[in-house]
Amino acid sequence: MEMQSIKQLSKALSDKQLSAVELTKHYLSSIEAHNDQLKAFISVDQDRAIRQAIQADNMLSNGTAQTLTGIPIAHKDIFCTKDLATTCGSRMLANFAPPYDATVVRKLDAVGAITLGKTNLDEFAMGSSNENSYFGAAKNPWDTNCVPGGSSGGSAAAVAAGLCVAATGTDTGGSIRQPAAFCGITGIKPTYGRVSRLGMIAYASSLDQGGAMARSAEDCAFLLETMAGFDAADSTSSDRATESYSEQINSDIKGLRIGLPRQYFSADLDPKVRNILHDALRELERLGAELVDIDLKQADLAIPVYYIIAPAEASTNLSRYDGVRYGYRCESPADLQDLYIRSRSEAFGPEVQKRILVGTYALSSGYYDAYYGQAQKARRLIAEDFQQAFKGVDLIAGPTTPGPAFALGSKTSDPLAMYLEDIYTLAVNLAGLPGLSMPAGFYDHRPIGLQLIGNHFQEGQLLATAHQYQTLTDWHSRKAPVFAGGHL
Amino acid sequence: MSWEVVIGLEVHLQLATESKIFSGSSTRFGAEPNTQASAVDLAMPGMLPVLNELAVRYAVLFGLGIGAQIGQRSVFDRKNYFYPDLPKGYQISQFEQPIVGRGSFTVTLANGSSKTIGITRAHLEEDAGKSLHDTIPNASGIDLNRAGTPLLEIVSEPDIRSAEEAVAYLKTLHTLVTYLGISDGDMSQGSMRCDINLSLRKHGSSEFGTRTEIKNVNSFRFVERAIASEIERQSDILEDGGVIVQETRLYDAERDETRSMRSKEVANDYRYFPDPDLLPVELSDAYIAEIAATLPELPEAKKARFQAEYGLGDYDANALCDSQALAQYFERTAERGKDAKLAANWILTDLLGQLNASGATLQEAPIKPEQLGHLIERIKDNTLSSKMAKQVFEALWQGEAQGDVDQIIEARGLKQVSDSGALETLINEVVASNPDQVAQYRAADEGKRKKLIGFFVGQIMKASKGQANPQLVNQLLNKALS
Repeated sequence: MEMQSIKQLSKALSDKQLSAVELTKHYLSSIEAHNDQLKAFISVDQDRAIRQAIQADNMLSNGTAQTLTGIPIAHKDIFCTKDLATTCGSRMLANFAPPYDATVVRKLDAVGAITLGKTNLDEFAMGSSNENSYFGAAKNPWDTNCVPGGSSGGSAAAVAAGLCVAATGTDTGGSIRQPAAFCGITGIKPTYGRVSRLGMIAYASSLDQGGAMARSAEDCAFLLETMAGFDAADSTSSDRATESYSEQINSDIKGLRIGLPRQYFSADLDPKVRNILHDALRELERLGAELVDIDLKQADLAIPVYYIIAPAEASTNLSRYDGVRYGYRCESPADLQDLYIRSRSEAFGPEVQKRILVGTYALSSGYYDAYYGQAQKARRLIAEDFQQAFKGVDLIAGPTTPGPAFALGSKTSDPLAMYLEDIYTLAVNLAGLPGLSMPAGFYDHRPIGLQLIGNHFQEGQLLATAHQYQTLTDWHSRKAPVFAGGHL
Repeated sequence: MSWEVVIGLEVHLQLATESKIFSGSSTRFGAEPNTQASAVDLAMPGMLPVLNELAVRYAVLFGLGIGAQIGQRSVFDRKNYFYPDLPKGYQISQFEQPIVGRGSFTVTLANGSSKTIGITRAHLEEDAGKSLHDTIPNASGIDLNRAGTPLLEIVSEPDIRSAEEAVAYLKTLHTLVTYLGISDGDMSQGSMRCDINLSLRKHGSSEFGTRTEIKNVNSFRFVERAIASEIERQSDILEDGGVIVQETRLYDAERDETRSMRSKEVANDYRYFPDPDLLPVELSDAYIAEIAATLPELPEAKKARFQAEYGLGDYDANALCDSQALAQYFERTAERGKDAKLAANWILTDLLGQLNASGATLQEAPIKPEQLGHLIERIKDNTLSSKMAKQVFEALWQGEAQGDVDQIIEARGLKQVSDSGALETLINEVVASNPDQVAQYRAADEGKRKKLIGFFVGQIMKASKGQANPQLVNQLLNKALS
């Protein structure tokens, strides 16, 4: 079970060297052994996993198996799973089990992937450290005193620690890429609209996008190509034909023009991070890519624009949690107003409450034009900025984060420092572009990620570039100090 | 002092789609509470709206029907407020870019004059659910069956000047939307609800007074009474030198008065913004043209055609065009009976009279237009007198002889005698056996003769067992007596 890729595991399963049930039991026991320490999972459903594994073994025997059949994965606890607790990291939904599956879950179930459980996250995906989870923060397997990043920190920690082969995540402003970088794994947020949002609990609807997290780009490709595709039940999903990323993954990158935004490599960038990225970029050059300096002049707009649009959408997306139909309800409400106020005050954590307030303010009559209206205009400028850049380059590369994983509790009292964590990732969501983070080296003992940004629907190119890099390097297959190794 | 009344109406029209505007649940009225509420309607986590294309089509059809600008790009917005029957905590509506822009239509008033009322806009939105306050002891229930039902909110200009005009506007609108087939228009089921914006100003003033909004009035009669009582209330205040408070009011039909709703309701900041879950609705010229091609003949055009083509008067044309079904019934009857005026008379007097008396709808009428046309044909060819025709109509209504007019005539022996030879024999007999009356008749002047001839007609009808053609009898009698 040492660092096997999806491809290797899939072959072992189809060659009957091991069964899906054996593989699943191995991961379930790994979770049992390490989850108390890492808190990567909020819930694990052993019976469900074993049931699915038996079914996967049937598929493997009757010739209906696909690459992901029998591969144990985890879902970020923001994806609805039928009859399985879906908490979104919140007290509000601590006892909520939806009567339906998210489209992503349904698609992965359909090919026989096995759901081990649901991974930890910042409450309603609001956060960059996992410290906003009602269930307690997940820990970074590279240094358990450090955060795994957020909001998909549980998924990143679970993959990095070998508690699952791959995991789903969601990314509204960096929530896949930042934890992937902190935990030394690969994570891809596809183009907005590529993956259905149905059954994926909304934070900021115009920015939220589901994606894949795994050790390697190749593993991400297998996961993402199964998750992607048009969904008639999500009006914002794209009807563009899906692609086989795993087949495209061996395309070479000779002649690929990679843009390096001056604004991302400014003097403010930590020199250690800069050195790591430079080394990685040199590897890409060795693979035939051409590096070009470019400008993203509107880069500074990303944080202020994001922190208006995302809270504005969140403030109304979260109105449905009112204590009336499902979810948390306060004890013996005096009247309707009391029911609303106490249910929401008691069940939403401080960061969620803060964003609801900020968003409500930004949409208020008299402030709308100054905040939300302006932010929408600035958002278009950011998108145009990228389109301008893509006239000259195929991809854009830069840091995923300003530095490595930080210590738990070190930024909780400084919200601005926390928001700056996402300075390189936010613009990608605002522009609806695909972005990927891959491990590129170590800052002391903690991983650093390189971010690749593609034009719309260029996920195949991003994954192929990362894959080529990963054929030359082994950062993605280094083992974290907390790693559930061992053999069956 | 007399005041000028200024009224604008907002009508919430329920569109006749099978499923809801953003989910696949049924819109059927009257089901058990919450049996027609899906995960989307319940606003379960992760659920997303998907626009019902038919609702868009109906809105466009309405816009075309009133000659309005169609918003080729319209946007759905979220209207945010907390209420237990509003599961998402926001209503999906259209704010800045509605699907239907400016238009107008003409209403006819009781005195025969007509007036054009401007339409400001019409937009699509979803209905809320219902709070039930009397079904569960010590608690309120929520029924979300209605949540997500598609509504078209039609906003008029403040062009309406009286309760009568308001009702005429609503009735015309009702006829129009049922012609278009976009709503069943059933007000008892809430398919058409009305908010009334009303203010008063001095005659000749060009500025509007402060208005109040009376919410959710759901019948023509209540609209009329709500307006009357609100005019009285406002003018009392103004006469006493007071000021009108801009507020939302409710009409209480039992007390026949409007009363203020809590001011909290008025002070809502709805924080409208474009719903990121839905794409803007972009309509191509071809799409709009395709819908335009399906526009039925509308009431005004139909009325004009009925007058020109069938030679009907204003009143008959108006009455027959009141509903598409009635107009169609008339055309089929006239076609079969080959006499439009007779058809109009029989439908407006006899058929509608029977329907009213029995409480049945036109669709339920036991007499089909072909049968009524057949009856009219038998009046035209002198087989039936109008008195006999009424008997046949009655028999048709009862479903006699499977509705075969000729069989009913045969079976009841109702054939009118129009054979002049046979009638002359009868007349000669009656004349010969009543010499005194004949002498009296011959001695009388023109005026008295008209009275006296009734005696002879009566005798002849009696002798013919009621089957003599009365017109022919009159003619022949005149000849025989002179």
